[in-house]
Amino acid sequence: MAARLVRRWGAVRAAAHSGPLVPCRRWSGASTDTVYDVVVSGGGLVGAAMACALGYDVHFHDKKILLLEAGPKKVLEKLSETYSNRVSSISPGSATLLSSFGAWDHICNMRYRAFRRMQVWDACSEALIMFDKDNLDDMGYIVENDVIMHALTKQLEAVSDRVTVLYRSKAIRYTWPCPFPMADSSPWVHITLGDGSTFQTKLLIGADGHNSGVRQAAGIQNVSWNYDQSAVVATLHLSEATENNVAWQRFLPSGPIALLPLSDTLSSLVWSTSHEHAAELVSMDEEQFVDAVNSAFWSDADHTDFIDTAGAMLQYAVGLLKPTKVSARQLPPSVARVDAKSRVLFPLGLGHAAEYVRPRVALIGDAAHRVHPLAGQGVNMGFGDISSLAHHLSTAAFNGKDLGSMSHLTGYETDRQRHNTALLAAIDLLKRLYSTSATPLVLLRTWGLQATNAVSPLKEQIMAFASK
Amino acid sequence: MWGGRKLGSSGGWFLGVLGPGGRSTQAARPLISPAVYAKNQLSWTLQIKPGVFSEYRTMWFKSYRMTFSCLNRIKNFRDNLLKTIPNHQPGKPLSGMKILDVGCGGGLLTEPLGRLGASVIGIDPVDENIKTALCHKSFDPVLDKRIEYRVCSLEEIVEETPETFDAVVASEVVEHVTDLETFLQCCCQVLKPGGSLFITTINKTQLSYALGIVFSELIAGIVPKGTHTWEKFVSPETLESILESNGLSVQTVIGMLYNPFSGYWHWSENTSLNYVAHSVKSRVQEYPMSAEFVLKRETEELQATACTNPAGHEELKK
Repeated sequence: MAARLVRRWGAVRAAAHSGPLVPCRRWSGASTDTVYDVVVSGGGLVGAAMACALGYDVHFHDKKILLLEAGPKKVLEKLSETYSNRVSSISPGSATLLSSFGAWDHICNMRYRAFRRMQVWDACSEALIMFDKDNLDDMGYIVENDVIMHALTKQLEAVSDRVTVLYRSKAIRYTWPCPFPMADSSPWVHITLGDGSTFQTKLLIGADGHNSGVRQAAGIQNVSWNYDQSAVVATLHLSEATENNVAWQRFLPSGPIALLPLSDTLSSLVWSTSHEHAAELVSMDEEQFVDAVNSAFWSDADHTDFIDTAGAMLQYAVGLLKPTKVSARQLPPSVARVDAKSRVLFPLGLGHAAEYVRPRVALIGDAAHRVHPLAGQGVNMGFGDISSLAHHLSTAAFNGKDLGSMSHLTGYETDRQRHNTALLAAIDLLKRLYSTSATPLVLLRTWGLQATNAVSPLKEQIMAFASK
Repeated sequence: MWGGRKLGSSGGWFLGVLGPGGRSTQAARPLISPAVYAKNQLSWTLQIKPGVFSEYRTMWFKSYRMTFSCLNRIKNFRDNLLKTIPNHQPGKPLSGMKILDVGCGGGLLTEPLGRLGASVIGIDPVDENIKTALCHKSFDPVLDKRIEYRVCSLEEIVEETPETFDAVVASEVVEHVTDLETFLQCCCQVLKPGGSLFITTINKTQLSYALGIVFSELIAGIVPKGTHTWEKFVSPETLESILESNGLSVQTVIGMLYNPFSGYWHWSENTSLNYVAHSVKSRVQEYPMSAEFVLKRETEELQATACTNPAGHEELKK
């Protein structure tokens, strides 16, 4: 504890001298500004869910919460026939959070797809890992982002007496209070919107994505780099209707390709590949695209005899040691066509904020951490942040504490940094490990994957960690 | 700009008015008497010694320690008060309660009580403290309405507020008071029947002398010399006897211990350092009838037990 304090001490001192923070600027704004208890900046999946979680918290019944969203309000009168191409894999832990404030019920009434098994395999070898729960319980849910957003919006409307939502409102300036308040200057954070209106708040939560304005304004350092990959998403029609409750992911040397079930006949594609290839995929005609997808899943062109033999050897050894249930490599369903106009690409990168909290500021979701989609963890990490922060704030409110106080904010930061840093590092490592077809690494990962597949307790640990 | 991360806004507040202008004007301000120093952490700025770093460290440590000790106390007060409220409102559990915070200082306990929904009056004899407290609460519109501050001592408001409060909080006050008996009588007078009195103070033991006076004041300089007088420390037994003799029945006495490594305060059976005493003012018989009724009920009870216990019957006859 002491070492951490000293380090932070130094960092704060350094930041105060050189950072973009404006220390001790006396706020001359109107003292008739509304003072909110919490302002959430950013109304995406994570921001809206945070506002919901606080709005429905029993200890926040007399608190005022504001949610600022730069975009317009998305009204979904009727669920469209065509599925949206942006989907998220929701872990059981996230589903629990969503049901704690009633949003999961709305999602169930709209549409979602549960998957019970996940097969992950290599393009360069026969090695594969199969995840499933013993009793074939749901491992996770594939839900369209629009559906989640609509469910959250509905729940926010139901608590509009506590949570105010402002659409088309982007904060252009944040002014921080002095660490040691002056007699006549407000101790709260001041927010100025684009239209000139101002608010004050006791706690500012930044949920504004990986280019977070809150994070930049607070001067929090961010470790980030761009991957030389873009992800292509599309909605695919399968050749024939199947039970479709398996999630498939194959690691190609150019990047992982994943097929996520949406319905008996539809699946969602997430294909991370080089920028050039991604641009090609999006612009090629539909038949060629479908062929490319099928071949990516089915072709064994990258196999080499050496690796195949080495893999077989280990498999045999494992078979001797313990009678494993035969995990023969299964092939995903073949794709017949792609939804017109559903092919989109977006760039990928990694990001992690050095600090998740500052006095009166907390970062959640992509503002704090940005991750490769290969593990389907991005939004789940954000929901995990919400669970932790909402819990800490709820306890603080019940103790009559000042909501912006560092004592409970650092509790949230410690909780989540421990979890997120490990996961982020693991995902980045996997991405790098599988981005090559160099034989030594292929051998390493082949044996590694086979070994992990054989050790059930290890697989269970991995699943448990990812389901939180 | 100094200050560790853990200092935070609430801790930082209690360092009082420290800023570009703070240090240069300190010479002009009068020193606060050490007798009320401990409760009024914001007075630190008025007694700044030269030696920048050591002073900052001291103030940081003290505020840090105080912030966390207040957390424990508030939890104790809140939990004990909630027992007396049948259905409390979510979000404002103490709503509807009137609480008096004696020796409130800068409002360290007053504000959390206000946030929990209570109407609080904070009193302190030091004008400077009330000014800072008023200034701090002025920025929060909700607290502004719920909390009222006055510069006065307890004795002065006894006349105008008899039997007004559901609870009285006297935290780190009784060890500075000259006449403990009168003080506690006044506390009792302003309490409604059935109301709670919470006292937190330091025990009068060898340990408290060693840590509270010798270590804190003389060695580590956490607290300025002369803040506490060991003779004035009150042991739980003394406190209990005075409370009981003034119509207050002691419910719980719990010790508080500070763990310097974790930075947290813990409850403990050990009351040799700091402790919290919760007592309740006995309900006065409102009508003479009810006294008879009580007497009748007691005799009935005794008779009932006598029937089942022949030995007891003998006692009753006696």
